[in-house]
Amino acid sequence: MNSGKRSLFARVTVAVPFLWLAVFFLLPFLIVFKISLSDDAVARPPYVPVLSFGEGWAALRDKLALLDFENYAFVLSDWLYIYSYMQSLLLAALATAILVLIGYPVAYAIARSPRALRPVLLLLVILPFFTSFLIRVYAWIGILSREGLLNQSLLSLGLISQPLEILSTNIAVVIGMVYSYFPFMVLPLYAVLERMDDSLLEAAADLGATPAQAFWRVTVPVSVSGIVAGALLCFIPAVGEFVIPDLLGGSDTQMIGRTVWNEFAVNRSWSVSSALAILILLVLLVPILIYQRMQLRELESR
Amino acid sequence: MNSIETKPPKPQSVRRKFAPWADPAAKPLISFQNIVKRYGEVVAVDGISLDIYEREFFALLGPSGCGKTTLMRMLAGFEEASEGKILLAKSDLSGVPPYRRPVNMMFQSYALFPHMTVTDNIAFGLKQEGIPKQEIVARVDEMLKLVNLRGFEKRKPHQLSGGQRQRVALARSLAKRPKVLLLDEPMAALDKKLREQTQFELMDLQQRIGTTFIIVTHDQEEAMTVADRIAVMDHGKLVQVATPAEIYEQPNSRYVAEFVGDVNIIEAAVTRAVPGDIALKSDMLDAELRLAQRADVKTGDSVAVALRPEKIRIGKEPLSEVHANCAQGVVYDIAYLGDLSIYHVHLDNGFVLKAAKTNLSRQIEPPIDWDDRVNLSWTPDAGVLLKG
Repeated sequence: MNSGKRSLFARVTVAVPFLWLAVFFLLPFLIVFKISLSDDAVARPPYVPVLSFGEGWAALRDKLALLDFENYAFVLSDWLYIYSYMQSLLLAALATAILVLIGYPVAYAIARSPRALRPVLLLLVILPFFTSFLIRVYAWIGILSREGLLNQSLLSLGLISQPLEILSTNIAVVIGMVYSYFPFMVLPLYAVLERMDDSLLEAAADLGATPAQAFWRVTVPVSVSGIVAGALLCFIPAVGEFVIPDLLGGSDTQMIGRTVWNEFAVNRSWSVSSALAILILLVLLVPILIYQRMQLRELESR
Repeated sequence: MNSIETKPPKPQSVRRKFAPWADPAAKPLISFQNIVKRYGEVVAVDGISLDIYEREFFALLGPSGCGKTTLMRMLAGFEEASEGKILLAKSDLSGVPPYRRPVNMMFQSYALFPHMTVTDNIAFGLKQEGIPKQEIVARVDEMLKLVNLRGFEKRKPHQLSGGQRQRVALARSLAKRPKVLLLDEPMAALDKKLREQTQFELMDLQQRIGTTFIIVTHDQEEAMTVADRIAVMDHGKLVQVATPAEIYEQPNSRYVAEFVGDVNIIEAAVTRAVPGDIALKSDMLDAELRLAQRADVKTGDSVAVALRPEKIRIGKEPLSEVHANCAQGVVYDIAYLGDLSIYHVHLDNGFVLKAAKTNLSRQIEPPIDWDDRVNLSWTPDAGVLLKG
């Protein structure tokens, strides 16, 4: 009877996140998916058919029959959209790679710092969150522009003679993403590195590994789960990023988030932008599934 | 004759005569010379000089915080001595990093690499040395055989039991054939039964491969079981370095007597200081206390006498014609341990003596029960006079 009570409790606890996902993810997803199968129309909302449940079953069935995949065919046959997807994946991957290279040493340094200092250092990492994301990205315009802080400093130091054209290029977008997602890389890496048993490094040294060898043969493999978690936490939102490419990117920056926005707001094509959004999700499903598998394996090894 | 070959080797009795520390011509393998280790204000190791010989199984014994682990970690190279030096085979280890010392350590936590298989864990040090692949395979197999773990090659540490992990850690630390193997509380994580079994296996292994073993432990039974010699430590100092029997039977101080085994401490004053027949008077005992010890004491000295419970005879029969080394009292507590029982006896003058009695016959009803009046007696060579 005790176990019966507990299993009821367990079922409720498991049900809560599922319920949450159903209401705030699955339902909106289905609505967007339905719109992606519709056709554009000059109407409000600007697509047909509009489903309604008040007109009887037969009417509903007639409207469902109007749904088709022609928006997907359209998107996949147009190089502009394919190019947009490729660019998103490429820039996000580049930013993620840079984030691993910068984030790992930072997380490592925090994890190795004196215990009392660690909370302070972690606070410093997440401190930027206290300011609005939008304002921080705007601030980068001031840094990267032709007459911005960066160019002024480099010019006055005599390192360059001509101001660098960084703003409104893909470089600026990558810089912006690296900056914005930095805490998402550092925190999971820190969690793994901090948990690592120091005696593993001592054992490696004891068995003849120099500190550098111990790092590559023990520390890095042991922290792989943190690298993957951090990389996915950065990569997935970076692919669909809108604000950063919009503010820092140039006219040739066509990341998918911006393309969706264009379709939605400028072309008023809800159906095509919905199809684009669904396709991003499918593309991102692959890394998400990899992450899930890794987490599962991690759990098993405990 | 296959059957003869597969027979386990006959137990060797060389150990009995093994005592290089008593041989003035013997050269130590490891020599700690006036080692001091300070952490800021705290002195963890306070001027230790100690020689350890080849093939020796040496135990560092003491309570936590006595400096035994620090001493071992200095030998492994994880800590640098504040003063003094450590010689290994006559060469000074100062400034030599751990990865260049011919010493390997088995960690208390085992510190197995979680992302590597059993094979890769054992091969780690060999790969680091740049040994050819063929030889690594052979050596790993030899180690697996040594610790009885064949068939577990592909397992990861989390797929092994505690005892198996301990064996992997042992195999890994022996794979490089170190001159000295350091064992940091190697059996702390095992349950009692497995621990006892492992202790014997470890002794056996050490005999076979002949490597010098140094074990750090807080468990006196473990130290006495496995070691040729024990160093009892307290507050960063060596209190006594001797064989297990000497530590137990001839403790040099009250600290050692109390730390190793159970003991009655009787405070007394010397009334006759004849070496070999010392007489003492104690408030605890009505009768005279006599010791057949050749100790250097003077009449009137205040001393302590250590008397092990198992050396006290306990019985209900009246003692015949004994004037010294005896006491009378009432049993007020019995610890029944199966093989023996420990009796706490309230003496008539209020003090308590502990006496042990082997349970020779199978009896559920104890031959000596609570509130029984008992007589205690012991021989003149039962007690040990402790100075200080």
